[in-house]
Amino acid sequence: MSNKNLIIAGVVIFVAVVAFPFWFNMGKAAPAPEPELTARAKAANHGQCVMPTDFMKSDHMKLLDLWRHSVVRNGERTFVNSSGQEFNMSLSNTCLDCHSNKKEFCDRCHDYASVRPYCWDCHIENPKETE
Amino acid sequence: MEDSRRRFLKLAGVSALGLTTRPVLNAFASEGGGEDAHGVEVKKGDKALIAKQWAMVIDTREFESAEDLEPIIEACDKIHNIPKFENKNHEIKWIWEEHFHNAFPGLAQRFTDERIEQLPFLVLCNHCENPPCCRACPTKATFKRESDGIVMMDFHRCIGCRFCMAACPYGSRSFNFRDPRPFIEVTNKEFPTRTKGVVEKCNFCAERLAVGKMPACVEASNGAIAFGDLYDPHSEVRELLRTNYTIRRKQSLGTEPSVYYIV
Amino acid sequence: MLELAIKGSKKYYGWLAALLVVIGIGFLVYLKQLDFGLGITGMSRDVTWGFYIANFTFLVGVAAGGVMVVLPYYLHDYKAFGRITILGEFLAIAALVMCILFVLVDLGQPMRVFNTLIYPSPNSVLFFDIIVLQGYLFINLIVGWNVLEAERNGTHYQAWVKPFIYLSIPWAVSIHTVTAYLYAGLPGRHFWLTAIMAPRFLSSAFAAGPALLILLCLFVRRVSKFDPGREQIQALAKIVAYAICINVFFFLCEVFTAFYSNIPDHKVHIQYLFFGLHGHSSLVPFMWTSYGLMLVSIILLVNPVTRKNEGVLAVACVTTFVGTWIDKGLGMISGGFVPNPLHHVHEYAPSIPEIIITLGVYGIGALILTLLYKMAVGVKEEVGA
Repeated sequence: MSNKNLIIAGVVIFVAVVAFPFWFNMGKAAPAPEPELTARAKAANHGQCVMPTDFMKSDHMKLLDLWRHSVVRNGERTFVNSSGQEFNMSLSNTCLDCHSNKKEFCDRCHDYASVRPYCWDCHIENPKETE
Repeated sequence: MEDSRRRFLKLAGVSALGLTTRPVLNAFASEGGGEDAHGVEVKKGDKALIAKQWAMVIDTREFESAEDLEPIIEACDKIHNIPKFENKNHEIKWIWEEHFHNAFPGLAQRFTDERIEQLPFLVLCNHCENPPCCRACPTKATFKRESDGIVMMDFHRCIGCRFCMAACPYGSRSFNFRDPRPFIEVTNKEFPTRTKGVVEKCNFCAERLAVGKMPACVEASNGAIAFGDLYDPHSEVRELLRTNYTIRRKQSLGTEPSVYYIV
Repeated sequence: MLELAIKGSKKYYGWLAALLVVIGIGFLVYLKQLDFGLGITGMSRDVTWGFYIANFTFLVGVAAGGVMVVLPYYLHDYKAFGRITILGEFLAIAALVMCILFVLVDLGQPMRVFNTLIYPSPNSVLFFDIIVLQGYLFINLIVGWNVLEAERNGTHYQAWVKPFIYLSIPWAVSIHTVTAYLYAGLPGRHFWLTAIMAPRFLSSAFAAGPALLILLCLFVRRVSKFDPGREQIQALAKIVAYAICINVFFFLCEVFTAFYSNIPDHKVHIQYLFFGLHGHSSLVPFMWTSYGLMLVSIILLVNPVTRKNEGVLAVACVTTFVGTWIDKGLGMISGGFVPNPLHHVHEYAPSIPEIIITLGVYGIGALILTLLYKMAVGVKEEVGA
């Protein structure tokens, strides 16, 4: 190869650029997110959300999808969880009733994972907040 | 060399097709959403009002002027976070008033009853039984709900193509040309606002019907507007339709509107 | 073959650079539209489709016009058109890409566009429009590329291409029929609720598409060593002549039905367009200009003396293209929305940002057309066609 030096130099630069996030952040891992529950959330329902906490951590969006499909498309607004408890299916009025601290709760994990849900464009963040 | 490279590419293509078919079909299948939650159910609330087809009868004889209609329109605007725009291009209205010859263009005539000529009429989405807007929607973001006949908007799904607005023969639909939040005077926290880029219209107060309340406009009308099940022969609306002459907007189009007017 | 598209003269690179600037500016303004919403356009609650959809509708016609070269060659063995089928197919590709882009820039929530595929709605004509437009783009890409490559290699294209070629003929008719059906099935819009909508769309498509193709052929002859051919251009000119006559005839049919029946709902939209309504008359000069231009086109194209003079023919093609653009673009859309179903008159005019974004999309179309044509002409020059 007549261009051996150029090619090797190019490959080295390429690997360095592609691996930038890894070597630049070595040893500087951001701390795991810690969402805070409000006092109301801790007290409500013996400290459990509408579904078990593990389910909510991994699948809350799936639950919200089910809720919005049922409410909007089927006209059904009552959710009965596996323990037989009934809830009104509303993001603003049920979820945010307990979790009224979006910045210390929802945003903690969302910001860490760089997730920007557009729910808040329409759904009011804190219905109970007095202005 | 040529031949085996071609064979490799063919094999790779078929494999890619095979590997991606199942996830794609899964995506198509997940209409319901949230199948992973076990042991749960969804149902209507105890106080929810039920009907096969919600309908409205507006007794225009109870109104004398635009002032009578204002509280009715205000009631809807307030609880649904309707924004007020200066620029008429962007205006959003779910229920508003029109003169007879605008609301009923096919019925207007040169020599009319004086009262009818100057009386403003309430116009809103007619929640047609045969809605052209639902036929037009490419994503079923607007659809006729099977449970109660309300023509609903699914704001999550709407792509903002505005085909439904072109299809509506009554001009009942509005589009969010910009973010409405800065233009909402007083926010009702219990109801979402909408975002830019989606279409909206009257929803027959589905959220109030679900908890046993009448639509806001009906409540604010002091009895001038009746609301009930068109297919329940004993409902108030059927009683009124049996005993009064009523008209509907653009009846000849076959849309079967569910809003009747006693003139 | 793509290497043929990226090698050229200084003027060629200058043209590409100019297009990239136009596209870049259009893109930046589009970002503003994404941020602010469609409120930066001139559209309103009453006129909910405007410049974007108008240009989309017109360009679907231009794309369908390519079939006017394919049909005589493949179905009726008119060998002469064999020289220029590739130009028609590549024009269709550029036009179709612009169509798709115009729909995308018009959407209020473009990131949700895949909802149309995830939730297929066969009740909606828009759903079928998406399918037929993507399909026609796909067909033209496959057929155009393979036929051109075969020509470059001095062989016949492979047998499997033939079914696609035959499919493209009815498919071309379908893309414009389905687009017309978007309008022709809406019960509230009496200007569009007419059976002649689809035929009118097709006639103006077969006038505008081949007219643009003639202009492109004349241009190709001037800037390259490939001559599309005098006979080919004359055959296209005859097609445009018939199509523009039929287009104006169809319009006169509409006028007769509306005004002889004297039904206000039928008359009022044509009255708005040509005479104004309640003092609103912004489209009147445009409409008369459009039909004036189309009349000039008819005179110049039907008369063999003027048609055979390629300089005059070029003028006639421009008047045809502009005339049909105003008629289908501005006239048809606004005419349908004004007056609105409640008989209010609310006029529409595109805003400056809307025009800039439109120019950006046309820039992308021109870029694709330039690259594809450079490639096609490069091959033709190589094989000494």
